[in-house]
Amino acid sequence: MKRKICMALIAVLTAAAFAGCGGTGSQNTEEDASTKESGADEGAAGNEEKADSGEITVYTALEDEQVSQYLEKFNQTYPDITVNVVRESTGIITAKLIAEKDNPQADVVWGTAASSMMVLDDMETLEPYEPEGCDRILSQFKSDKEVPTWVGIDAWETAFVVNTEEIQKLGMKPEDISTYEDLLDPRLKGHIVMSNPNSSGTGFLTVSAILQLKGKDSNEGWTYLDELHENIAQYVHSGSKPAKMAASGECAVGISFGYAGISQRDKGAPVEVIFPEEGSGWDLEANALMKKEEINPAAYTFLDWAISDEAMDLYRVNYPIVTVENTGTYEGHDSNPLDQLIDNDFSWAAENRESILNQWMENYDSKSEAES
Amino acid sequence: MKKISVQKLHGNPADILMLCMTLAFVVVLLCPLAALFSKAFLTASGEFAGLENYIRYFSTPALSVSIQNTMVVSCGSAVLGTLLGFLYAYGLTRTGIKGKTFFRYVAMIPLFLPTVVHGLSLVYLFGKQGIITGLGWDIGLYGKTGILLSEVIYTFPQSFLMFSIALNYADGRLYEAADSMGCSSLKKFTHITLPSVRYTLINSLFVCFTLAFTDFGAPKVLGGNYNVLATDIYKQVAGQFNMNMGAVVGTLLLIPAVISFGVDRVTSGKDKEGISSKAQTLKIKKGRVRDGFFYLICIAITLCLLSLVGVLFVGAFTKYYPYDMSFTLENFRFNPSTGGIQSYLNSIEMSFLTAVLGTLFTFLYAYFIERGKCRGIFKNTGKILSSLPLALPGMVIGLGFIFFFNQKNNPLHVIYGTVMILVLANMVHFYSVPFVTASSALKKLDKEYENVADSLKIPGWKTFCKVVVPLSLSAVLEIFMYYFMNSMVTVSAVVFLYSARFKVASIAITHMEEAGDIAQAAAMSLLILLINVVARGIYEICRRQRSRERRTCPQKEKAGIHFLKGRVQSTM
Repeated sequence: MKRKICMALIAVLTAAAFAGCGGTGSQNTEEDASTKESGADEGAAGNEEKADSGEITVYTALEDEQVSQYLEKFNQTYPDITVNVVRESTGIITAKLIAEKDNPQADVVWGTAASSMMVLDDMETLEPYEPEGCDRILSQFKSDKEVPTWVGIDAWETAFVVNTEEIQKLGMKPEDISTYEDLLDPRLKGHIVMSNPNSSGTGFLTVSAILQLKGKDSNEGWTYLDELHENIAQYVHSGSKPAKMAASGECAVGISFGYAGISQRDKGAPVEVIFPEEGSGWDLEANALMKKEEINPAAYTFLDWAISDEAMDLYRVNYPIVTVENTGTYEGHDSNPLDQLIDNDFSWAAENRESILNQWMENYDSKSEAES
Repeated sequence: MKKISVQKLHGNPADILMLCMTLAFVVVLLCPLAALFSKAFLTASGEFAGLENYIRYFSTPALSVSIQNTMVVSCGSAVLGTLLGFLYAYGLTRTGIKGKTFFRYVAMIPLFLPTVVHGLSLVYLFGKQGIITGLGWDIGLYGKTGILLSEVIYTFPQSFLMFSIALNYADGRLYEAADSMGCSSLKKFTHITLPSVRYTLINSLFVCFTLAFTDFGAPKVLGGNYNVLATDIYKQVAGQFNMNMGAVVGTLLLIPAVISFGVDRVTSGKDKEGISSKAQTLKIKKGRVRDGFFYLICIAITLCLLSLVGVLFVGAFTKYYPYDMSFTLENFRFNPSTGGIQSYLNSIEMSFLTAVLGTLFTFLYAYFIERGKCRGIFKNTGKILSSLPLALPGMVIGLGFIFFFNQKNNPLHVIYGTVMILVLANMVHFYSVPFVTASSALKKLDKEYENVADSLKIPGWKTFCKVVVPLSLSAVLEIFMYYFMNSMVTVSAVVFLYSARFKVASIAITHMEEAGDIAQAAAMSLLILLINVVARGIYEICRRQRSRERRTCPQKEKAGIHFLKGRVQSTM
């Protein structure tokens, strides 16, 4: 008797654990029902059925503040679409998307690094979709597939965030730093913070830019990095952290990205944001549709809006470099912001990513311990 | 004939219940782990790779450094955390110092705050612009020092918690006997006190070691260039999106759990002492030097912990530390996209559920393992399972849960994206310390209770409810509080599992910190601190009421024993 009960229990619980009893998630069906009610088709371009009501789940790496501003605007145009947002840093949100890839929870990925999109695309988790007005997006800023799997909205780029008060304590002026070479000034020894390319996309785009600028095939890039290493106080695990550390005076110079520094400055931090004269490494923030059995019709509507002029105007406030022709301007940065971007060879970067990261780890990660 | 069947039935429920709980444990702990760790043996495209990933990982250049660093930091934190925890707990249980309630509260402060906030506070104090650095003492925060400091702050309350329970149970008769034999204080300490907490001592060392071994928060915020294994896993998963290598590092992090299980087997076999039912409460004697010494220690630790909170206040109420120090309440106006006040309420809901379910499960499971009349095989599996969660970094639990619960054909998929998955993840994540607390409290109870109950044919559940639970009520309440507080502040596992509709406050803090709104993060931390203090207050009232009941009605002091005695008399 006892054994039977035990066996039955084991059977039930293991069944619960492993066995497939099929059927789609109840959540999906609910969502479908709510979106099918509307069914207003405004998509003239594609055969996708679009809806202007319903509920979608959006994963994004955009900043919290931006997300609320943008969504407010979106809901003015589409009051009947409820957008549930999960916002995390680029690394975490990408890891989450990859982990969920067999049964995606998100309908749309919004404003997440193009390098992450390429990884997701390789795993065949993205559904090709050409949003309305996609032809306005410059060709280097969207995926090269015939029907694009992802579409860029803005770019972020390497910038030096300099704390004006701390730099003066070192006997320097913010104007003294305008190029990569200027970072090698011996007075900056132990006062520069940079993100670790192994844990942060911003770190990688900077390293990759330096290597490309100094010549992909020469060793000069690594020589420069060796010298830079002498001045680095620490390598941190997030792209925006160097900017924040510069803002709070924890370091004099943070090698970070433009928006991270500018937003700190606007909050009252004594920092100046400097874009290196030689050009900045960069990556895109991009949108994509997740591949699912049933694609939520409201997702198309959202993706169309997310590259519309209205949306671009919003992005432009924070990121001067948007992916359509008319870019914005940085104060104190006269030329076309597009010129600031280096001619980034993405395929070279992707191909050599692993060897670059390994080399970097060998040169700097393993040495770092001796100093602490 | 009848007797046999009664006896058989008597053994049955324990076995069946134990089986159910073990299976539930397997589903919630082992299945997600298997789902994640199986990836350690696969290539990115899903083909079988054998040990290739391991070979690749072990050939990465910076690895030996990471392992060495991890060992240094973990051992340091284990020794320091345990030492401080023991001294503090000893001061509060075995000496005549005043203000014990106050000291107790303060010791819990680190548990009230997310670990990222410990980092923030340390930066406010010891960073380049820190208050103490400003006074001319630069400790060189970033790197080994920072991680060690942060880990000690993090592990100290855990160790204190375990010791204060263990030291609370003492048999006064032993000390009286020692006194009458003229033993010195030192001898009493080394021959009575230390052996009686030996089990806790070893456990505390291992708990602190493992917590520091797997913690990722402190190295991320303060680590600088000091690489540890936990940051390696982050680099693999969130930097390079390589789940397979992440899984490889995850399996390596399990090593301490395996060792600690082995040690536990060795020590627990020898640990026979319990508190007999005839035990008398220990009367604390006067000792000026002793009290003075412990005043010094407790006050020193208290000051350190209070300064951590103090700087949060400074941070939360100033405009732009350290460049604009004018007063403001602006930082309490949270950005709505972080979930605002709703995320705060969600956190409370989630933590409360975790505390209720977690306490129920942990205590019952520990009871069956320590004292239940079930088969040895269940007890041993239970012990192995119980030591596992401690060694799991939150990230491993979070990803494992996604891989397992988010399968289309898993009937448990319905809980994905709800509060329940967060609750389960928290239960698993924080299970081990409450389990140790419960089992050391249970070990201290005299085995006679069950024997007497048995011979009187009192069903096991009745003994459990009327004797065991009341006698270990302080442990039960501690466990409840532990789950509640940790769930309020946890980030690492929850960050992968919360859904768009259910955001929690600790995640909001991380977002604020990431966005550079350090002052807002400090403000939100103060709110979390507030709810934890309130919860603690309620707990304290419960505890007081109980001890008042005891005082006013000394006969009830051991209600459970009374219950047994009553039965003895009635059968006679």
